[in-house]
Amino acid sequence: MKLRCHLIDAIPQPGGQLAEIYPKKPIYDIPGYPTVLAGELVDNLMEQAAPFKPGFTLGERADSIDKQEDGSFIVTTNRGTQHHAPVVMIAGGLGSFEPRRPLIDNIKDFEDNGVRYIVKDPDQFEGRDMVISGGGDSALDWAIYFAEKGSFVHLVHRSDRFRAHKDSVSRAYALEDEGKMKIHAFAEVKELVGDDSLEAIVVHTKEDQTTITTDLWFPLFGLSPKLGPIGDWGLDIEKNAIVVDTFDYQTNLPGIFAIGDVNTYPGKLKLILCGFHEATLAVQTAYKIINPDKKFTLKYTTVQGVQGFEDQQPKETAKS
Amino acid sequence: MSVDITIIVVDRKGAEHEISVPTDMNLNLMEVCKGFELPVEGVCGGMAMCASCQVYVLTENHFGERNDDEEAMLDEAYYVEDNSRLGCQIPITLELDGLRVALAPEAP
Repeated sequence: MKLRCHLIDAIPQPGGQLAEIYPKKPIYDIPGYPTVLAGELVDNLMEQAAPFKPGFTLGERADSIDKQEDGSFIVTTNRGTQHHAPVVMIAGGLGSFEPRRPLIDNIKDFEDNGVRYIVKDPDQFEGRDMVISGGGDSALDWAIYFAEKGSFVHLVHRSDRFRAHKDSVSRAYALEDEGKMKIHAFAEVKELVGDDSLEAIVVHTKEDQTTITTDLWFPLFGLSPKLGPIGDWGLDIEKNAIVVDTFDYQTNLPGIFAIGDVNTYPGKLKLILCGFHEATLAVQTAYKIINPDKKFTLKYTTVQGVQGFEDQQPKETAKS
Repeated sequence: MSVDITIIVVDRKGAEHEISVPTDMNLNLMEVCKGFELPVEGVCGGMAMCASCQVYVLTENHFGERNDDEEAMLDEAYYVEDNSRLGCQIPITLELDGLRVALAPEAP
């Protein structure tokens, strides 16, 4: 169809729930695949999309949308990257993935001031003593990483069973034996102490509580999806999903489509299969909006082969 | 012939819903709640990965055993109590007749 596509995603890799929540789990209802791992399906889709040279803006959340006089849109991300396009397809799934924030009254006072929900640019924390909370891969991997880089790490977890990979768990206990880590099991960080920045945290267990002096705490409790800023785009929303017309999966705002788990309509089923179908139909109307004077004729790939683009997608607009 | 059981779900406002549930449809408690339009999201679709179907089991003999995935999720979820279970990990069986659960608060 010779339509250029640029993907914006809040998580750092494409694939949404499949890549973020269950990459190693099998799926049994994709036509043509008796079984396929979610991560493999994403890899295959990326390979299939490659000839069309799509552009990617990853790790940035689409925050706002502005309709232009000519009917096109400018989508701006949380980091200020702007994309200009005649048509916008929201394939936002469950929404954008946000870190689970612990329920501590004054936690907001210390965000980016001692409390960090994601580890970005780890170099700056190497060698610093710290507290990490959580029992998943992310918590364990970072605890091990920093302990091996010379930090003393307090790892705080609500139970003594870790969701993380077994090898990581044994490595963590080995580091504890070497005196580079302390694992606090059946424990939870309940209080944060400090004036302008974090100075100490209080760890509670059923029996007692311990104060640990630290200026760095990573609560790594995984990510949970939130519809997020899309909810404020003026779209019709019903039960956290965007209402669309099943003729072409367009929303109440012409030129903006919603496909996949993020949409709703009578008879909606949240299946990957249905997402493919919705995308295929949505693109027909998108084509008409982008090429008002042309008529699209459906052609079969078996006859035509794959007709991709020679050149890369032009670079996105510079960050403002 | 299908045999139905009775389950009581206390919603977040304290209202009780007595529902009759078939045992031969391979349902779990999350699906039952959604089917009866109770405010349970079941975001992850039943993979024990979101805790949006967390319930408190109020009838002691129905507590059952948490499986590993469920235990791991509950270690990271909000408002977890000793009687917390994930609805999606509770298959509907005859033994659950008379089960009484309360929906856990929604995550912030």
